[in-house]
Amino acid sequence: MTAVPAASGTSTSTVTTERTPRMRTVRDTWLIFRRSLMLTIRQPTWIVIGIMYPVIYLVLFGPLLDGAIKQAGAGVSAYNWFVPGLLIQVALFGTAFGGFGLIAELRYGVVERMRVTPMSRAAMLLGRSLRDVVILLFQALLMIVLAIPFGLHIDVAGVAVTFGLLALLGLVVAPLSYAGALILKSEDAFAPLVQSLVMPLLLLSGILLPMALAPDWLRFLSNLNPLTHATDAARALFNSDWGNPEIAVGVAITSVLAVIAVWIAARTFSRANA
Amino acid sequence: MTNPTPIRSTMIDTADLKRTFKTRTGPVEAVAGVDLHVSAGEIFGFLGPNGAGKTTTLRMLATLITPTSGDATVAGADLRREPALVRQRIGYVPQGGSTDPAETGRGELVLQGRLYGMNAADAKARAVEVLDKLDLVSAADRPTGTYSGGMKRRLDVGLGIVHRPQVLFLDEPTTGLDPQARARMWDEIKALREQGTTVFLTTHYLEEADALADRLAIIDHGRIVAEGTSSQLKQKVAGDVVTIGVDGGGANVLTLVEAMPFVREASHDTESGLIRLYVDRGETAVPHLLRSLDAAGYEPTSISLNKPSLDDVFLRQTGRSLREEAA
Repeated sequence: MTAVPAASGTSTSTVTTERTPRMRTVRDTWLIFRRSLMLTIRQPTWIVIGIMYPVIYLVLFGPLLDGAIKQAGAGVSAYNWFVPGLLIQVALFGTAFGGFGLIAELRYGVVERMRVTPMSRAAMLLGRSLRDVVILLFQALLMIVLAIPFGLHIDVAGVAVTFGLLALLGLVVAPLSYAGALILKSEDAFAPLVQSLVMPLLLLSGILLPMALAPDWLRFLSNLNPLTHATDAARALFNSDWGNPEIAVGVAITSVLAVIAVWIAARTFSRANA
Repeated sequence: MTNPTPIRSTMIDTADLKRTFKTRTGPVEAVAGVDLHVSAGEIFGFLGPNGAGKTTTLRMLATLITPTSGDATVAGADLRREPALVRQRIGYVPQGGSTDPAETGRGELVLQGRLYGMNAADAKARAVEVLDKLDLVSAADRPTGTYSGGMKRRLDVGLGIVHRPQVLFLDEPTTGLDPQARARMWDEIKALREQGTTVFLTTHYLEEADALADRLAIIDHGRIVAEGTSSQLKQKVAGDVVTIGVDGGGANVLTLVEAMPFVREASHDTESGLIRLYVDRGETAVPHLLRSLDAAGYEPTSISLNKPSLDDVFLRQTGRSLREEAA
């Protein structure tokens, strides 16, 4: 069977009309996911760039933090506190810049070419976002392996749940990045937008130093930042602190935001003129 | 293989199709009411200068932008109410490329087939067919970033025909191609028509519209100014074109020839020094012209007699030359 339509809808039916829209979305998402993952693996520059900053923090800032904590006589490894935060940073950096790739695809004419096909509009977003999630989980794994020699202790169950949290976080940031790119259509407008959002979010999440050290107003702002709660959840998970309510709070906030972000971005993709 | 196309006389039918864009200085009417009728199996050329509304019309017909008003039927489906059906039945080759430089030609074709609903085996087999047809087999597994301009354009066309559409939209298919690649592309487009595909192409090249299109419409400032076969349009100019070159005194010569009874219209191109006349019967006018110029003491350096071109048609309708616009 081919996709040739029966022009007047009489003799042969088409493959596509037999599928329900939902099946079509799942199938097309898989096609776009596979393609974009292949293309990313062929040109892995972004995978490296995405993990570069967190690795620099691990290597050049981690020992300093560890020393400070030991001097304070806390008697714990700083890495089980520091690395979960770096993983949140990996998730943010790895996905926030995804829009750049989409802007390139817009310029190549690839997006327009796909828009003219009967493919699912949501799949154009979901396929790329899921690619970003897979890449970010790979980066996170790399980060954990790199951190073990520094003194990171692993709780396998905690790491597994953290990966789920990171995937959800990826599904918050990647769709928003793509929606922003689709609206702005140019790197010159997109880069400052991403930069001006990512840096404050990162600093307010308490990734580098405990927010307990912050003055009240800063701690208040930090509490409004969803990344703070994701970071706190990841830290509890890495320390096998299963009774900590921050785990549920972090996962719940991130899940809700993921649903909202995917919905907003899917709408942007399905608007004809975006 | 051809489409299972039933006998349908009209492939594209538009009624007062309009598109207005909002800009900072107010609304701009890019397409100001276009009525088009394209028959199944023909190559229809959409000729006009850059910015005339060609691409906007094409993008509306390809479901990429919604018309501000008006209606259209494309390949038997209603553009407004059944855009998904239109998408399934048309192919669209955008201006300026449609491939990722890191993906191979084969990879792009297989994905495209899949996006049109084919299963993996069918999409692979069809990709091989299309690669073969467009002579891209040897480059099939190279990234498209390594392709020449002509190869890339052929692949773009291949992506547009993977699903054997009933009508293929080509936006400026040969812009930026060298003459050899252009001739090659013309052959491919003609071959598509032989196989029963209706082709709707935009161009700002007169030669292209003349050489390819069975029928054409000329668009200017968002409006159709002429429609018909190339020879029908040229007949409307009614007359032959005589071009005279003189050494100096062009303005005086112009005054002289304008006064002649058989000259319908004359113009003087100051840059080339050429004087252009529309006359009723060229073969009798030329001896007259030569004698009169001689008597007045002018010596023509060149004289040529031509049947009217599409540029003359455009000139008559708009008062401007398409060649100058395109340059």
